[in-house]
Amino acid sequence: MPTITFVDPHGIEHDVEGDVGQSLMTVAVNHDIPGIEGECGGEMACGTCHVYVADTAGCVPPPRTTDEAEMLEVLIDGVKPTSRLGCQIRVGPELDGLSVTVPSE
Amino acid sequence: MNEHHDVVIVGAGHAGVNLAAYLSKGGYQGSVALLSNETILPYKRPPLSKGFLLDAEPLESLPLRTAEYWAASPVDLQLGVEVLEVRPDEQTVVTASGRELTYGRLVWAAGGRARSLPLPGATLPGVHQVRTLDDVLALKQELPRASRAVFVGGGYIGLETAAAFRGLGLDVTVIEAAGRVLERVTSAEISEYFHRVHREAGVDIRLGATVKEFTERDGRVASVVLGDGEVPADVVVVGIGLVPNIDILAAAGASCSNGIEVDELCRTSLPAVSAIGDCTSQLNPYAPDRRMRLESVQNANEQAKVVASDLLGRPAASGEVPKFWSDQYHIKLKTAGLIAGHDQMVVRGDPGSGVFSVLYLSAGRLVAIDSVNNPVDFAKGSALIKQRAQIAPEVLADSAQPLQETGLPLTAPGARSRVG
Repeated sequence: MPTITFVDPHGIEHDVEGDVGQSLMTVAVNHDIPGIEGECGGEMACGTCHVYVADTAGCVPPPRTTDEAEMLEVLIDGVKPTSRLGCQIRVGPELDGLSVTVPSE
Repeated sequence: MNEHHDVVIVGAGHAGVNLAAYLSKGGYQGSVALLSNETILPYKRPPLSKGFLLDAEPLESLPLRTAEYWAASPVDLQLGVEVLEVRPDEQTVVTASGRELTYGRLVWAAGGRARSLPLPGATLPGVHQVRTLDDVLALKQELPRASRAVFVGGGYIGLETAAAFRGLGLDVTVIEAAGRVLERVTSAEISEYFHRVHREAGVDIRLGATVKEFTERDGRVASVVLGDGEVPADVVVVGIGLVPNIDILAAAGASCSNGIEVDELCRTSLPAVSAIGDCTSQLNPYAPDRRMRLESVQNANEQAKVVASDLLGRPAASGEVPKFWSDQYHIKLKTAGLIAGHDQMVVRGDPGSGVFSVLYLSAGRLVAIDSVNNPVDFAKGSALIKQRAQIAPEVLADSAQPLQETGLPLTAPGARSRVG
């Protein structure tokens, strides 16, 4: 199973395994990653799975869709170029080793 | 010796499970037991009346947390445990098997049960409800041999399930006692929209109709008898609301009305007893003049967060805007705020286009929004409700303009826009 590293709002790294096909949000919820709630269940309606995804070890998830980009602008104060909604990124073998950072509020 | 836990959570729905997770995430040092009266891993309820019925969401996707999660969790999840009694003086709960568990804090998260119809034939095989996974598995078993379904109740559950059944090709009739569908939860504008969509999908909706009885043939339900007529049925779904599970806590002396009365920190009138989720009645900052019992995942989650904050020693009430959603056919209805006591209603966008919102104002301030297939309006509207923003109705009504605060209304409330 691919390993994803979540850096939580306190700077603590959590290396967790995700099932292929699961969203990063689901993986985070199943591992109690602080700062990720996934309140709306993956509907792009709450913004509580916001993460920063940097290009780490060559792991680059597919880019945002137009819908995701639009909802990020609406839901998140101070969107960064690396901002993503975790519910929109599916775990695949190519993401093994990905590191994402959970914003502090 | 009694089994003791610092926190005993009764009920493992969204509220109970989220509380357990918030305590784990927050580094709670005490022992936590989570009691479920079901024998399967705690699961998500929203898909039961939607994707799960349509096989779009498999059984494996339903658990709120995986088996591995619970195995690794410090929370002691106990399945198949029914609590029958609470003794607040002894800080003890008694289970159906006679076990006694003592608690430092009891959190009642027992949810509710489907309201039943006290009518002849209501317990016949073929008459169903939609609340638990077992309910829905039983309903799914009927589908291969059913062609005519009758739904009693035109609320969220009834309409969502009706939409799924139409998607599966069944003939569907919806019986609603009120003058419109969704009357309890939204405005006439939204009710009319959903009525039209269901009618266009081929659903026969009977408004102002009362059910007298269910008839039987060959040991199964055969029809639904109305005040004026009879509808043949292979399968019936009764979706007429939820009865909160308050009896045990009420018997223990907790103040209850329509639900267990809790304060802003979700504490009940009993010492060391909190309550969260569908079973609670609380004053809401977005409708401060009366207690309300909210039935939603979001409310369950917010209240779980509040109790976790209390147990973690930094109590903080919730300031979040209440949110609700419903999926029917291709439609995503998302509601923020409480549709109660508004003095002005503005339709934004064309309902005929399938993308629109209805906004509700009180004294010029945005108090609620129903958005149909419009996540941007929903998100912006939610933020504006939280800010108690004043927005001119002209701006709200113009979907070419973004939703944003405009200051004082350009017209006096009610002067030009529709009053709802």
